[in-house]
Amino acid sequence: MSAITAQLPGLQVVVPLLGAIIAAFMRRGTLAWAWATLITAFTPIIAFALLFQVWSNGPISYHMGGWPPPIGIEYRVDLLNAFVLVLVSLVSTIMMPYARRSVAHEIDGDKQAWFYAMYLLCLAGLLGIAITGDAFNAFVFLEISSLSTYVMIAMGRDRRALVASYQYLILGTIGATFYVIGVGLLYLVTGSLNFADIAARLGEASAAFPRPVLAGLAFLFVGISLKLALFPLHLWLPNAYAYAPSFATAFLAATATKVAVYLFLRIAFSIYGVALDLKALPVSTVLYPLSIAAMFIASILAVYEQNLKRMLAYSSVAQIGYITLGIALMNQAGLTGGIVHLFNHALIKGALFLALGAVMYRAGTVKLDDLGGIGRTMPLTFAAFVLAGMSLMGVPGTAGFISKYYLIVGALDAGKWPVAFLIVASSLIALLYIGRAVEVAYFRPVSKAVAHAKDPPLMMLVPMLALTFASVYFGIDTELSAGVASRIAELLIGGLK
Amino acid sequence: MLALAPDTLIMAALTIPIIGALLIPLFHNAPNARESVTLITAGALALTVWSLLPHVLAGARPAAIDLAVVPGLNIAFQVEPLGMLFALVAATLWLVTSVYSIGYMRGNDEPRQTSFYVCFAIALWATMGIAFAKNLFTLFIFYEILTLSTYPLVAHKANAEAIRAGRIYLLILIGTSMVLLLPAIAWTWVLSGTLDFIPGGILKDKATPFALCALLALFAFGIGKAALMPLHFWLPAAMVAPTPVSALLHAVAVVKAGVFTILKVIVYTFGIETLAYAGSGGWLVYAAGFTIIAASLVALRKDNLKARLAYSTVSQLSYVILAAAILAPISAVGAAMHIAAHAVSKITLFFAAGSIYTAAHKTEISELAGIGRRMPWTMGAFTIGAISMIGLPPTAGFLGKWFMLSGAMQTGQWLPIAIIVASTLLNAAYFLPIVYTAFFEREPAAHAVGADAARDHGEAPLPIVIALTFTAAATVGLFLFPEVPLALAKLMAGV
Repeated sequence: MSAITAQLPGLQVVVPLLGAIIAAFMRRGTLAWAWATLITAFTPIIAFALLFQVWSNGPISYHMGGWPPPIGIEYRVDLLNAFVLVLVSLVSTIMMPYARRSVAHEIDGDKQAWFYAMYLLCLAGLLGIAITGDAFNAFVFLEISSLSTYVMIAMGRDRRALVASYQYLILGTIGATFYVIGVGLLYLVTGSLNFADIAARLGEASAAFPRPVLAGLAFLFVGISLKLALFPLHLWLPNAYAYAPSFATAFLAATATKVAVYLFLRIAFSIYGVALDLKALPVSTVLYPLSIAAMFIASILAVYEQNLKRMLAYSSVAQIGYITLGIALMNQAGLTGGIVHLFNHALIKGALFLALGAVMYRAGTVKLDDLGGIGRTMPLTFAAFVLAGMSLMGVPGTAGFISKYYLIVGALDAGKWPVAFLIVASSLIALLYIGRAVEVAYFRPVSKAVAHAKDPPLMMLVPMLALTFASVYFGIDTELSAGVASRIAELLIGGLK
Repeated sequence: MLALAPDTLIMAALTIPIIGALLIPLFHNAPNARESVTLITAGALALTVWSLLPHVLAGARPAAIDLAVVPGLNIAFQVEPLGMLFALVAATLWLVTSVYSIGYMRGNDEPRQTSFYVCFAIALWATMGIAFAKNLFTLFIFYEILTLSTYPLVAHKANAEAIRAGRIYLLILIGTSMVLLLPAIAWTWVLSGTLDFIPGGILKDKATPFALCALLALFAFGIGKAALMPLHFWLPAAMVAPTPVSALLHAVAVVKAGVFTILKVIVYTFGIETLAYAGSGGWLVYAAGFTIIAASLVALRKDNLKARLAYSTVSQLSYVILAAAILAPISAVGAAMHIAAHAVSKITLFFAAGSIYTAAHKTEISELAGIGRRMPWTMGAFTIGAISMIGLPPTAGFLGKWFMLSGAMQTGQWLPIAIIVASTLLNAAYFLPIVYTAFFEREPAAHAVGADAARDHGEAPLPIVIALTFTAAATVGLFLFPEVPLALAKLMAGV
């Protein structure tokens, strides 16, 4: 047993990676789905075991292939990435039962197995980014997850999915290139690719070569910002989310950007922050205006969007603004708010996109004007949409409120009360775009497209309701969300120079 | 009454409406059973809340649940005298309104009655949560639930006007609470490190007079349900809702939740003495005074009965705010008394308006000539409610004004006295003509308006008449036997 326990960090990535290859050999969609579900279900077990170990014994260092760092690749698990691993694997597992009907509905029979192979590959890539302690290895996983994502998006039924995928391919590749240039610069001045090793040598290197160190930060910042869709580098996201298969949208919205945020935190706080004075570097200065612009501009774009999937995609860009705002605040409450929103937003957006997937499954459209009266024909689905939407708005008693509260207190603690005001003012815009959907769904007469729609089958309904329940539940019991996030923020800030 | 432990009673008050809300949809196709569920739920709630009264009068402050959501934010409940008074008023009047609703909803063939009763029960649940909240955070949660659960009731008719009213309703109430009230709560937390309601307040020596002034402004305007001008216009807009909604929610639960919260914040968060000493509350007298007079002037010009009642509500709500802003304990007693008095009187007036609509399909005051002879019970009750609005004995409205004036005189503030006197005259000017028209003007001859069958009507359905007679009697009864609300109000103010 202990032999397996020691290999858990490796297994976290290897299981879905090998699972993906086997899935690619399958022909029947249902079989591939069952296989992918089984594989996915293993990942949260491993992640929770890791979180438990880290919580009681402190960080784990795992040497891939037995090669010690900095020569070999090190997988390093501390509280921050254990938290992200749990989030990604758990949300994916909850969503998997949903996939079968939704994927079978939207993707041709002979391509379904490919889709599941790509999904598992993407999952392996995301978990890999989160677990590795090596900058170049993170790049490799970044590419694995991105390439598989392009394929998943391109499988969307709408032909515009191809363009969306191509758009993302171009921008994603630019992002990855920027990231790898940044890593290259760091390697040049420190001679290492291991995160901890770079952090240890960076202070000295910065004294000798201040400019490459700063340029490296800029490249890494821009590269990762593209992946996490920081405004105004979000252009790929709305189309990608709108035209990808419904399940892929829900999965990516809940996990992919979150992992990119993690990578950002890792590089800002565990590398630059440890070696240099992070508050003196122009990280907050750039993040503040971009985050606030995201919160307002993307939210306003969401209000004017007719396609509900695109509307939620813009909303995602806005919500990412809250997360990066929490990072920009760089104090205990603010950072807690950012990290806990990473968790809460994954649940909320997961629930919302699953609800829209169900609408797509039954009504065949997510255009707002076609959905009159859908609240009455699909009562449970739209109840889920409304509840998760309230959490998105930050109604007290829901998970979204907890994030906002920490962010507001963080802003007040930092003496930035205008920022506190901007947080509440922008969350009001969420009321507009969610409220607009509610009006159409409940107060318009039942339209033709939805007249025969009804709530989706149980396998789709349960994951959707589970995530909805979670996005309310974590507004009342916050031990696993805000409790852990607050501890992580403490560690990250405590580690700063 | 119910010999249960007080914390059990609190738990019961916070679960009974929710159980009702869950049971009502099960009887979607059996209206009689469905309405029985509503009545039983409302009755059980009223019984539970009344059973708490002896404990509170005896000096106990029973508490239930204390759940830390994050450090500093607790969901916790505790019954103090003001909350007790508010809960009594809301729970009792819910029972009466339920009787009334049955007559009204059936009499007018309203659609979607099941979801109507469900939202109503949730709204009452939220009201109980507001009344019994132990701290600002808990109060805030239920405050927002109350807004969200009453939104479908406002937009109930689902026509363009109702949807527009619903938008205004949500935007103003959620907007003010998120943009002003939430920062106020966070600021209070940053200043004092607690959000609990504590007699004497939690902000003594914690902030400069200027900061207190700004914080009070955030609270006064952030609590949009109190309808302080210029954030009042959601209330007249909300009048498109079915009359029982206007009666219970927009004359009792929702708006009273607003002034209740303001009163509670002034008494238990700021502390009357802290505010009076810092001199940070003076501007609120002007703001409330302006609202009282301006809303009355608007009411004078409204011909639509419900619109006139709505502006009257805006004006009357600011009495409570004014009384609190006088910052004398005795006028705080007046504020609490006025919450109860205005509740029973205004619900009577709305019941009467709904009764007229149901029986005669009339909504404008100018159409009411001679209706007093056709509907003597309705217009009799209306007259009692109107007298109470003006504030004359023997009605409940007199009591609140009496204590407000006492407080103002004790502290030598002449402006509030002038405002109250002036508005009394205005109230008379916009209520007495209605009574006069109804009883003393002649009904226009049949050919003048075109003879139609609908014109030949008597009283409204029996449940409606029962309900409005009861509340009219309560309006007088509260004047004759004010012991219970008075005792609670005095306990709150500490006089």
